[in-house]
Amino acid sequence: MSTTLEQPLAAPAQAVREQMNIVIVGHVDHGKSTLVGRLLADTGSIDPNKIAQVRAICDSQGKRFEYAFLLDALEAEQAQGITIDAARCFFQSALRDYIIIDAPGHIEFLKNMISGAARAEAAVLLIDAHEGVRENSRRHGYMLSLLGIRQIIVAVNKMDRVDYDRDVFDQVRAEYTEFLRQIDVQPAAFVPISALEGDNITDASKRTPWYDGPTVLAAVDAFAKAPPPEDQPLRMPVQDVYKFNREGDTRRIVAGRVTSGRFEVGDEVVFLPSGKRTVIESIEAFSAPTQTGARAGQATGVTMREQIYVSRGDVMCHPKTPPRVSNRLRANLVWLSRQPLRRGRTYKLKMATWSGLCEVEEIVEVIDASALDSAGHHDRVERHEVAEVVLRLRRPLACDLSHEIEETSRFVVVDGYDMAGGGIVREVLAEKADQGAVRWTAEVGAIDRTLRESKHGHRAAVVVLHDDLGENGRTLAALLEESLWQAATQVYRLNLLPDDLHKAGPGELQVRSISFGLIAGLVNTGQVVLVTVPWVDDLTHAESLRLPGIEAVPVVQVRFRAEGGEDEAEDDWVFDAARPPRAVHDAVKGRLLPLLR
Amino acid sequence: MDHLDRLESQSVYILREAYKSFRNLCMLWSIGKDSTVMLWLARKAFFGHVPFPLVHIDTTYKIPSMIAYRDKLALEWNLTMVVGKNEAALADGMNHTRGRLTCCAALKTQALRQTLDGTGSRYRLMPDGRYYPDPNREPYTGVIVGARGDEEGSRSKERYFSPRGVDNNWDLDDQPPELWNQFKTDFAPGTHIRIHPLLDWSEVNIWEYVERESIPMIDLYYDRGEGIRYRSLGCDPCTRAVRSNACTPLQIIEELKTTNVAERSGRAQDQEDPHAMEKLRRDGYM
Repeated sequence: MSTTLEQPLAAPAQAVREQMNIVIVGHVDHGKSTLVGRLLADTGSIDPNKIAQVRAICDSQGKRFEYAFLLDALEAEQAQGITIDAARCFFQSALRDYIIIDAPGHIEFLKNMISGAARAEAAVLLIDAHEGVRENSRRHGYMLSLLGIRQIIVAVNKMDRVDYDRDVFDQVRAEYTEFLRQIDVQPAAFVPISALEGDNITDASKRTPWYDGPTVLAAVDAFAKAPPPEDQPLRMPVQDVYKFNREGDTRRIVAGRVTSGRFEVGDEVVFLPSGKRTVIESIEAFSAPTQTGARAGQATGVTMREQIYVSRGDVMCHPKTPPRVSNRLRANLVWLSRQPLRRGRTYKLKMATWSGLCEVEEIVEVIDASALDSAGHHDRVERHEVAEVVLRLRRPLACDLSHEIEETSRFVVVDGYDMAGGGIVREVLAEKADQGAVRWTAEVGAIDRTLRESKHGHRAAVVVLHDDLGENGRTLAALLEESLWQAATQVYRLNLLPDDLHKAGPGELQVRSISFGLIAGLVNTGQVVLVTVPWVDDLTHAESLRLPGIEAVPVVQVRFRAEGGEDEAEDDWVFDAARPPRAVHDAVKGRLLPLLR
Repeated sequence: MDHLDRLESQSVYILREAYKSFRNLCMLWSIGKDSTVMLWLARKAFFGHVPFPLVHIDTTYKIPSMIAYRDKLALEWNLTMVVGKNEAALADGMNHTRGRLTCCAALKTQALRQTLDGTGSRYRLMPDGRYYPDPNREPYTGVIVGARGDEEGSRSKERYFSPRGVDNNWDLDDQPPELWNQFKTDFAPGTHIRIHPLLDWSEVNIWEYVERESIPMIDLYYDRGEGIRYRSLGCDPCTRAVRSNACTPLQIIEELKTTNVAERSGRAQDQEDPHAMEKLRRDGYM
């Protein structure tokens, strides 16, 4: 039997419920998972079968049932009794829906705690009343401040173990308030609780008659939902430029997410750091009504009045409210890798959609985040330390300062294959002449590149061909070498081979530098250098090749995709790997020759 | 922006990052509600196009109408449709009576591994509606998966971009950090990255979005007059329908608001062992 006829044809319009991400942090064993399990159970947000299932597991292992096991659903965690990673779960209050992130308190798992907290809009910091303020209570408080989480409540847990003694609570509150004051954090409330017994979680407890503040649930409901930063200056980091002409779609769409501000069709915009200007022609979307504007938070795409070339990493903004453009930054960062951050070493930095190489110019101060003392060393930043550093970038980026606009002032540092640290930009610095390190330079002869170019009748250039799919790059490079040579072009082909390039660690970059030095030399003799590279990361982005001597010549990269569209950014040509090599050759040659004139 | 706009925006951002970062990218499409919503989000992200192949791991025991629905949508939406199977295990007669988890491991986990690394068979749907051997044998280095954080315990621990080792294994005890929408896009040769655009979505969100966008969902999710519907789709012998009269997304949402039954309660393999899903997923299951 169907009940369709007994129900209204359409459900009554219901108010859309608000959603908020909150994180629970604190020292190991201070009771985070128990608090979350309690919140889930006491608000009726969890399937009773799940509780029964976890109870059965506890029984079979001869353990007392714990609310924490509802979250610590992973085998390893139940065996060890600690949270390894930031679990995500959902709970509902009368006011809104929460995605609650339970982050591990053990120091070993700080990177997981930060990954969890970085997604949160607000935080509950737990302190064990019995143990008092501990190392990670302070460290996590500091991390929340670094991550830009301003809405915090402090729950003083395990009050049952101190007989609900008001003096103990007051002492913890006083000590922690003083610590938070030093890092400029003001908690919205301190709540005395027992997660185990359920005091002051969802209902006010009779065992703390001296406390008249909110319960945890009430304090969490009192967090304000921060609106997307629409009133700040426009920032839309360019994610990609699409032209899906395979299916007859001729639109050239600049795609990105508006991270702050808003824009309308018809606005004049500038892309930084490239400095290109145009006017927004249209906003594109699939299966959606026509839009005349876009605002912070929206992932969108625009077409432009002039066909200017912009690429990933550029930030779209209004000409009157541009970000800063710089290649030297003063920043605060937290380091998460087992390999320390070292002064003088080169890393990859990623901010919004920009990525490029950076060198650690100076380690100004290393802070022990758990005590706010200086760690006393300046040549490195160890795992879990926080530092103030000066970073020098190989090429400029567009960014804001952390107190101005959040999204475009945050960055991560990648070491090898792994994200090794995260930071925020405090200040942009002027370019400074090299000091200290001895750098070798070479004097070159009187016949410079320009003279050679006029004798050859064409400009020098660098074409980087990616060779990671079926040797397309190498095949194409050989075809180009042959045909350019036949056309009286000074051309030199160089296949960089995997044996040299897949050495992990600092050596890898060094090998690259040597190869790049060779390329720079060839460019100075006026050659068109075809270089195939076997690796896949974006360090090979043509702009990373802007070494001395190369900056004045065209540098393009040619890449292949196994499936999907072909792109045609100014310096980044993407082809369908299935296209015959001869056809790709013709297309590349057709685009390259005008650049050599 | 309401909560669906925010979820959509984050998923679109993730899909575009994946497309930019991986030369050989694919999306797993199980024909279920989550990955069908994800497919719709890809069309949003790429302005009506889906610029990478959809991969379906076919155990050959799927509910038959799933296959018909898959091919119909693939042709209508101009999708690059790739199907992978563990042909050796099928030839050997593998089925659920040999043990549900054994069967899942062979026809799903192993089939997926072989399809992803290019050692197993891949078939591609051509415009004539038939499948032919796929010319693309390259290992996929980026694999988009529709796992949701609220489905079961181990999925709630996932990253948006989650590395898998040479053996497809998931090292969930040592996951990379992930912050501020900066994802892990650098990886060693032989490894690959799983991408999870739906991590923040709940089951209700999925149906709210299906309703809002009028996404054509396979009708097994709706009661077709028999008082039953499927809440989660899988293989015919191991998937049970639930009692329900819901026949529209709105009615499903109403039903989910009052139910306390877990979404995957109709999936027999989950009941074999309390840690069944975590074990399967450590070995590379989606």
